[in-house]
Amino acid sequence: MIPELGHYALVLALALGLIQSVAPAIGARYRDASLMRLADSTALMQFFFVALSFAALTASYVTSDFSVANVYENSHSMMPLIYKMTSVWGNHEGSMLLWVLILAVFGAGVAAFGANLPTRLKALVLAVQSWIACAFYLFILLTSNPFLRLAQAPFEGRDLNPILQDPGLAIHPPLLYLGYVGFSIAFSFAIAALIEGRIDAAWARWVRPWTLAAWMFLTLGIAMGSYWAYYTLGWGGFWFWDPVENASLMPWLAGTALLHSAVVMEKRNALKIWTILLAILTFSLSLIGTFLVRSGVLTSVHAFATDPTRGVFILAILVLFIGGSLTLFAWRAPMLKQGGLFAPISREGALVFNNLFLTTACLTVFVGTLYPLALEALTGEKISVGPPFYDVTFGPLMLALIFAMPFGPLLAWKRGDLLGVAQRLMSAFALGLVAVGITFAIEGGQSVLAPFGIGLAFFVIAGSAVDLAERTGLFRVPLPTAARRAAGLPRSAWGTAVAHAGLALTLLGIIGAATWGTERIVALKPSQTVALSGYELTFQGLTQRRGPNYTAEVATFVVRRGGATIGVMEPSKRSFSARAMSTNEAALKMQGLGQLYLSIGDTEAGGALAVRLYYKPLVLLIWFGALVMMLGGALSLSDRRLRVGAPKPGKKPAARPAMQAAE
Amino acid sequence: MRRLAFIALVCALLAPGIAAAVQPDEILKDPVLEARARHLSEELRCMVCQNQSIDDSAAPLARDLRLLVRRRLEAGDTDRQVLDFLVARYGDFVLLKPPFKLETLLLWGLPPAALIAGLIALFAMARQRKTANLQPSALTADEQKRLSALVGPGTPEP
Repeated sequence: MIPELGHYALVLALALGLIQSVAPAIGARYRDASLMRLADSTALMQFFFVALSFAALTASYVTSDFSVANVYENSHSMMPLIYKMTSVWGNHEGSMLLWVLILAVFGAGVAAFGANLPTRLKALVLAVQSWIACAFYLFILLTSNPFLRLAQAPFEGRDLNPILQDPGLAIHPPLLYLGYVGFSIAFSFAIAALIEGRIDAAWARWVRPWTLAAWMFLTLGIAMGSYWAYYTLGWGGFWFWDPVENASLMPWLAGTALLHSAVVMEKRNALKIWTILLAILTFSLSLIGTFLVRSGVLTSVHAFATDPTRGVFILAILVLFIGGSLTLFAWRAPMLKQGGLFAPISREGALVFNNLFLTTACLTVFVGTLYPLALEALTGEKISVGPPFYDVTFGPLMLALIFAMPFGPLLAWKRGDLLGVAQRLMSAFALGLVAVGITFAIEGGQSVLAPFGIGLAFFVIAGSAVDLAERTGLFRVPLPTAARRAAGLPRSAWGTAVAHAGLALTLLGIIGAATWGTERIVALKPSQTVALSGYELTFQGLTQRRGPNYTAEVATFVVRRGGATIGVMEPSKRSFSARAMSTNEAALKMQGLGQLYLSIGDTEAGGALAVRLYYKPLVLLIWFGALVMMLGGALSLSDRRLRVGAPKPGKKPAARPAMQAAE
Repeated sequence: MRRLAFIALVCALLAPGIAAAVQPDEILKDPVLEARARHLSEELRCMVCQNQSIDDSAAPLARDLRLLVRRRLEAGDTDRQVLDFLVARYGDFVLLKPPFKLETLLLWGLPPAALIAGLIALFAMARQRKTANLQPSALTADEQKRLSALVGPGTPEP
């Protein structure tokens, strides 16, 4: 009964979606307020029914109702409750249901919190949002229904893929989808603006919080995915340039560009057409990501060809939305009036530079991901594009962008003074050079490039500090005055400085772990010791433990440093009987900002255990930097002008000074 | 997520009981040769895996390739010779950094081309704006009327 209820709720959501796709758009055309307002209630009701549908599937999982095919294939009665709940989206059908749930959340969000939006714009935005929703409801109902029943209910499920039985599954996909799908709002706003043929600075102010929120989720989602892969896959890598990872990186790069160009549009009423195009591209890349991951085209072009139903459906959605929106763009964009002139050397110019490099970086990833697929489909020739390709293409672009990063916020709007900014950044630059020198001295010429990377990171962090110091007048005015100014500074200025510093922290982590990481791969017998970077690990022996739905072989190691015991590490291998699979659970030990990473392999014929030990200095900064970036986003999101909302045209002049003070 | 699932699948099918990538018995005595072997391994693809280097992969094929690379290095091959040997055997598919040739022209050429095109477009736009900026637009009839009202009647029209 419950699965049928969920199925029916999804069908109702589709019906509501169809109404919302048409009625508000007609209302907007003929200025019928009641038709336009209809979108609010349908958006909220859509959310209600999709949530109900999702709850029904979750209930089926929690109660282990194996008569539902999806539950049978991806769950097991002995699994801990948390994994029963996360298995809901640990498979194709369920993850698509999560996708539409989040889409509905955002749609309801616009309906509920968009009170200050002009009625026509809001109605159009919700209509476009509903076009996307309907396409995906249909996709689920026609090709990927999670509620299908089995004729005979099996006694036991086939278990969730053991690799996915991890807290990472609870966090990573929902965050990633919040990011992916969140960009749909920017897309809907862009399409609505094109249909209306009108766009102004206020538009950017409405779009920015949604884009910012989506960007924050995506940032965290990617970082969590990276950490999950790091500790699960057993060899301590954190980014693989895998097509699935690239699928999430592309919207992130485009979304980051969108965030920055929206600033120009909001403050200076310039770059309008470009911002609209970026909003379309960002969500298009999210759709392409969904297509790449969900169609099976990545595993092999042939796998896609043998079972193309789902792939072709998503491809059709892709063509419809991307093709349609770009056509609309080509038709309507020339009608939008450009405004806000600026000199090449200016804050606007710097943000254009940022956009150029981010979009080129995004294009690099796009070509690198899709080129092998296209080449194989067209000529049958197979090539591989892996980390060494991105190191020489993506790497330099990002380094150039990071170097330019401290200059942007210091440049004035309209016409900036590059020389003056360079002078103000002198102290930051000097600190960067000192960092280069110190790194060289410590590591003794082991790597030539790494010290410059460290110097670059310190330059950016110090550059953020200089930006804040300049704005508050620190060192120029008395300290209390500076403190008062710091408190009065717009949160978005803090957000910029913090997010930029966060990226520098991530850079530090990547360089540290990649350059000065050490490793030992040895076979150990009990009571033997392995030493690495000043740590000594003694293998105590193997023990068997029972988990809820697996048995584990646990190796115990005592860790010593300088003769003193500092702890125990217990890497293990888990065997899951339901799928006859095993997973490798690495043991991690934090040492300052670095980590000791220990994983075990098979026991060899002589009774020795294969052991892989890594010391990764600074590695935690990779993900900590992402958290700091997200914090920067949150600060920016809490900015007064975004909370207050955009000023309505024709508002009383009395309200203006407060708005300007927040700029 | 999908990647993890796929690796799990490969591991299940090909390597019962997760065997981590490089095994202790593969490592060469000579640390310089071993370092070269590891570096080469990162450039080579495990052909049965989804975009994994043989250095990372747990598949038996990857192990065979790792051993092959080490044997060639011990026999005195240069890095280039090892890569050439593998390409001759398995084609360009084995290289994670595709060689620059006609088939990969777009792959290598598009990003720099886009960057240069973007820079040229921006430069052209900046120039266009500059010239547009320099020429003040003529007064409209309405503005002319207001100006005349301010300056007073009898002023000669320009």
